[in-house]
Amino acid sequence: MNIVVAMKQIPDLQQIRIRNRKPVLDGVPSALGVIDKNALEAAVLLKEKQGGKVIVLSAGNEEVEETVKEALAAGADEAFLVLDDDLEGADGSTKAMVLAEAINKIEDVGLILFGEGSGDNYSGQVGSRVAELLGMPQAAYASSIEINDSSAVITRSLEDGDEILEVSLPVVVSVLGDINEPRIPSVTQILKAGRKPKEVLELEDLEINLTGLPEIMTVSNLAPETDRKQVKVASVEELLQALRTEGVI
Amino acid sequence: MAGVLVYSANQGLALELITAARKIEDFVVAVSLNDDSLAQALAAAGVRTFKISNPNLVVGDTGAAAAAIKQVLDKENIDTVLLSSDRRGKELAGRLAQAIGAGCLTDVTAIQVDGSKIECQRNALGGATIAVQYIEGPKVMALRPRSYEAAGAGNGSIEELAAEIKDTGIKVIDFKPKAADRVNIEAAEILVAVGQGLSDEEKLADVQALASKLGGEVACSKPVATDKKWLSEERVIGLSGKKCKPQLALLLGISGQVQFTVGIRDARVIAAVNTDENAAINYMADYIIQADLHDVIEELNEKL
Repeated sequence: MNIVVAMKQIPDLQQIRIRNRKPVLDGVPSALGVIDKNALEAAVLLKEKQGGKVIVLSAGNEEVEETVKEALAAGADEAFLVLDDDLEGADGSTKAMVLAEAINKIEDVGLILFGEGSGDNYSGQVGSRVAELLGMPQAAYASSIEINDSSAVITRSLEDGDEILEVSLPVVVSVLGDINEPRIPSVTQILKAGRKPKEVLELEDLEINLTGLPEIMTVSNLAPETDRKQVKVASVEELLQALRTEGVI
Repeated sequence: MAGVLVYSANQGLALELITAARKIEDFVVAVSLNDDSLAQALAAAGVRTFKISNPNLVVGDTGAAAAAIKQVLDKENIDTVLLSSDRRGKELAGRLAQAIGAGCLTDVTAIQVDGSKIECQRNALGGATIAVQYIEGPKVMALRPRSYEAAGAGNGSIEELAAEIKDTGIKVIDFKPKAADRVNIEAAEILVAVGQGLSDEEKLADVQALASKLGGEVACSKPVATDKKWLSEERVIGLSGKKCKPQLALLLGISGQVQFTVGIRDARVIAAVNTDENAAINYMADYIIQADLHDVIEELNEKL
């Protein structure tokens, strides 16, 4: 049984600067989503127990081929990539169709893992969309995954408690950011990553029709205005005075 | 567009969705899935409620929930859906959107109707920006809890609906409710939040004492809960934690990464204690003390 891990290339959020309330993305390097790395680690841990392959799946612009090396170094066996400039910034419905069609081309998939949300948009919809497209059961917000022969036992952490599900395979699962601590690849693993097998497709290689999909239109995307006072106070006494004047204590 | 459908498995959140839906259209329908008391609460809030009861419909089976709701949408010819952006609701949003061919926005904090557009406000780029977006075509929007007041009493109705549900291969084996000593930092008027500047776990007692004196709750940045495990996750402020709007946020040893500040930037007054005069948090604080947080905690506990 193979495990597919869907990973998204996002701008390195630590390096985004705001100028005149607008995000400046020029020159910001790409990275893989942080929680996606937890999904990868979960896959590698399962593989180490029971065999099979871990296949990292990503759709995006051509830079993805370079970005994905990080995942190959951190334990993925193969990469399956759909590269097309049109996929840069594509919304959830487009991405889901591309990923679902790619998964259809991968053999013996038992488990498809996502992070609970991408690092940049955190909308958490692509995993659910892929499950619907593939007609598979799903479980989001997993804090643990155990695989038995033809089923998985998944604990998912909800606001009011932990729900434990038994689900037949194949299944789409999204993991929480604290399900594990992703490993840091060694230098040797990083060097070997470039030599691992990669299948690279373009959009036109997939039999999907991306026209007529609902569209997300963006009216504005600005940093919130901050009108904080930014008053430096020299002592605790002065702070208490200020907070009393504000009427908050 | 002929009406808005609202659904949340959480009764309180479902009532909030009704308020939001009425901003869009007067005609609001609601759904309850195997939940009589939810159906009654929805009807009592004045909406036409479709009550679906089916033993094959397992709570926690997102695909089945989406299939059931789709049947109501098809029957009523509705293509606008509001869901709650709690975990169950967010998971359902993508699935239902795909099932009905809709665009989807989650974690929406406010909606504004502009002609035929329903403009949704939500955080983007890890919380660095606030995007205003709308969906062209059928739409599923998931609203963050407590973005709207719960709907008041009204005169609604309940209709039973037989929905076809296929067995989708999901069984709920167990549900373990979270421990009873739950804290709701989103409801607190005063928050005392600690970050990685706090030197060790024992010092939390002093932080708790300070919070108690102020009549507030202790909260934290994500690493304090997930890496250090000093506090429970329900106390985490930020993008993947809680978004809080207290009267006062006292931030101790928090550097101010955007993933954190997105959860506290709506506070009325922010006071930050940090040793680094260039800490990002200082740019979004009203009052700043450049000092060791442990000394400040001690002094505050003495003086309050």
